Formats: sequence, C-alpha cells, structure tokens
Amino acid sequence: MTVAATTSNRTVKGLLGKKLGMTQVWDADNRLVPVTVVEAGPCVVTQVRNGATDGYDAVQIAFGAIDPRKVNQPMSGHFEKAGVTPRRHLVELRTADAADYELGQEISAEIFEAGQRVDATGTTKGKGFAGVMKRHGFAGVSASHGAHRNHRKPGSIGGCATPGRVFRGMRMAGRMGGVRQTTQNLQIHAVDAEKGLLLIKGAVPGPRGGIVLIRTAAKGA
Amino acid sequence: MHTFDAIDAASLRSDIPEFRAGDTLKVHVKVVEGNRSRVQVFQGVVIRRHGGGIGETFTVRKISFGVGVERTFPLHTPIIDKIEVLTRGDVRRAKLYYLRGLRGKAAKIREKRDAVPAKSDAKA
Repeated sequence: MTVAATTSNRTVKGLLGKKLGMTQVWDADNRLVPVTVVEAGPCVVTQVRNGATDGYDAVQIAFGAIDPRKVNQPMSGHFEKAGVTPRRHLVELRTADAADYELGQEISAEIFEAGQRVDATGTTKGKGFAGVMKRHGFAGVSASHGAHRNHRKPGSIGGCATPGRVFRGMRMAGRMGGVRQTTQNLQIHAVDAEKGLLLIKGAVPGPRGGIVLIRTAAKGA
Repeated sequence: MHTFDAIDAASLRSDIPEFRAGDTLKVHVKVVEGNRSRVQVFQGVVIRRHGGGIGETFTVRKISFGVGVERTFPLHTPIIDKIEVLTRGDVRRAKLYYLRGLRGKAAKIREKRDAVPAKSDAKA
C-alpha cells in the first residue's frame, strides 16, 4: 500500500509520439546541440482511472491513426465509450492529477516547455544475436600474445567441480535489442506547438518511425 | 528523412559562397570575450569538405608561426560572420590530407586558371 501511495503522489504529464530522427540545431549561445525530433501527439484521453473504482489514479491516452475495420469489438467499444475515433496505441500514465482530465480530451505537445526534463521510453533497435563484447561490453581477449581464435570470446564462465554448474544470470551471447528502454532526464530543447514537434536533446531509444512515450522526468530536479 | 526539413531549414545559411578543397579562404569568426564580441580572421587552405545538409563541415589549414593549425567549422554555424574566397586552387583531390606532410613551396597550391575568358579571346 505504501508503494501505491508514493507512486500516485507525483503528477506526470506524458505524450505518445513518433520518433522522426535526429538532427542538430544551434542554441542561443551558438553551441551545437544534437536533438531528436519527436512528433508528439495529438493524443486523446480514453479512460480516467480513480482510486475509488480502480484503486489508483491514472489517465489512459491513445495515439496514432488506425483503420476502424482493424479494431476488434471490445476495443472499438472502449473507444466509443470515450467518444473518440479508434487509435493504434494506448498507454496509461499514473498521475495524481488524473481527475483533471476528461474523456475525449485532446493532449498536444504544448504540455511540455523548453528546458524541461523528460524521460523517453521506446523499443530499442534489434541487434540480433550479439556476442558478449557488443551485448555486455566485455573486453574480449588479447589481439596477440598467443591468443588464438578467441579474440571476442568471453573467457571463463565459472569454476570447475565447485560449483559444478554455471551460475544463473551469467552474461553470455544472445539476442540483443528490441526491448523496452527508458532514457531518463533528457532535456527538451524546443517545442514546436504548431507542428506538434518536440526537440529533445540527445538520443531517444528506437528506430526512426518508432513509437516513444515522453513523460515528465521521474528523477532530477 | 525529409520529415523535418523545416527544422534544418531554419538553421541553414544561404550566404555561404561556393568553394571547394584547395581554395584559400578568409573565415571571419565571431569571438565572444566576456560580454563583448569581436571578429577574428582565420585564413588558410580548405583541405576538406565533409558531410552534407545541416551537418556539413569544412576544414581550413594554415601555418601559424611555423606550426600547422587546422580548424574545422560546421558550414552553417552562426559563429561565422562571413567567408571570403581569396583564390581558387587547382587540385585533383577532394581531400588534401597530403598537405600535412609538405611544407614551404611544396605545400603551395597552384591557382586555377579560368579557361573561359581565354577561349573567348582566341575566338575574337
């Protein structure tokens, strides 16, 4: 219960958007700033959750066009309840001020302002089956000094008869990327409310065209 | 990747003269010292132009007190006050890294002879 109390105390603003790509701009002091351009919103509120009925406060937002014929009946009923056309992506934001939102309300990039800190969540680019050097940053094996065909191998993965097994969670080669990742404390460089664009300083997870969730930063000032 | 050309277009400069590797330039750079700014000139040979779009850069090399100095500028940076093209160089490469190993007269680049007026003279 205490956990729920702490998480619901924060007011979180958030938007779903599409990552358009990266470019660079100059700031007021003529310094070069690398930015990720995110087409954020417009999102609509599809559900407002409150403590009485759901046990927590949250707002559910939807983003992205979809062919109405592709929406199944339960979902189209859900959108109809909110009085909006069906959208492709749904996400829930736990926020203390959920009661201030109303069904069908439209949210756009204006909720953010330049200089603000945000967290960006997306699905990282898939890297396929990757070795330990790329996947876990292992140092590999020497390039010379008698090293033979093991330059990118992990080396030892444990003892011999004791413990007689490989420990669970041992970092090895395997599938890399294609997972949900959050980059925290990115700074909003500029907001283009007219076009609904956010310029976020630095990189944001995912490929161009990927869906990203931009939220007020969980940490930081 | 033409989805946000408008953002790039806002930073692109249109007052950049045409130049290529081998040309000698005078780059007027704005320098901010405390709260006042002045213009400093960096004069030298362009040894490369690199990249494209908003991220394009060029590198100017000069010999300062016997020491080679190279400075790379973003082509569209606002700190450049203006660029003057002094001479057009006659070179056969896009990247003139070989100049780093040469000094004195060997590092001199021939000036490009404009062929057009010569032809018209011949006809007349």
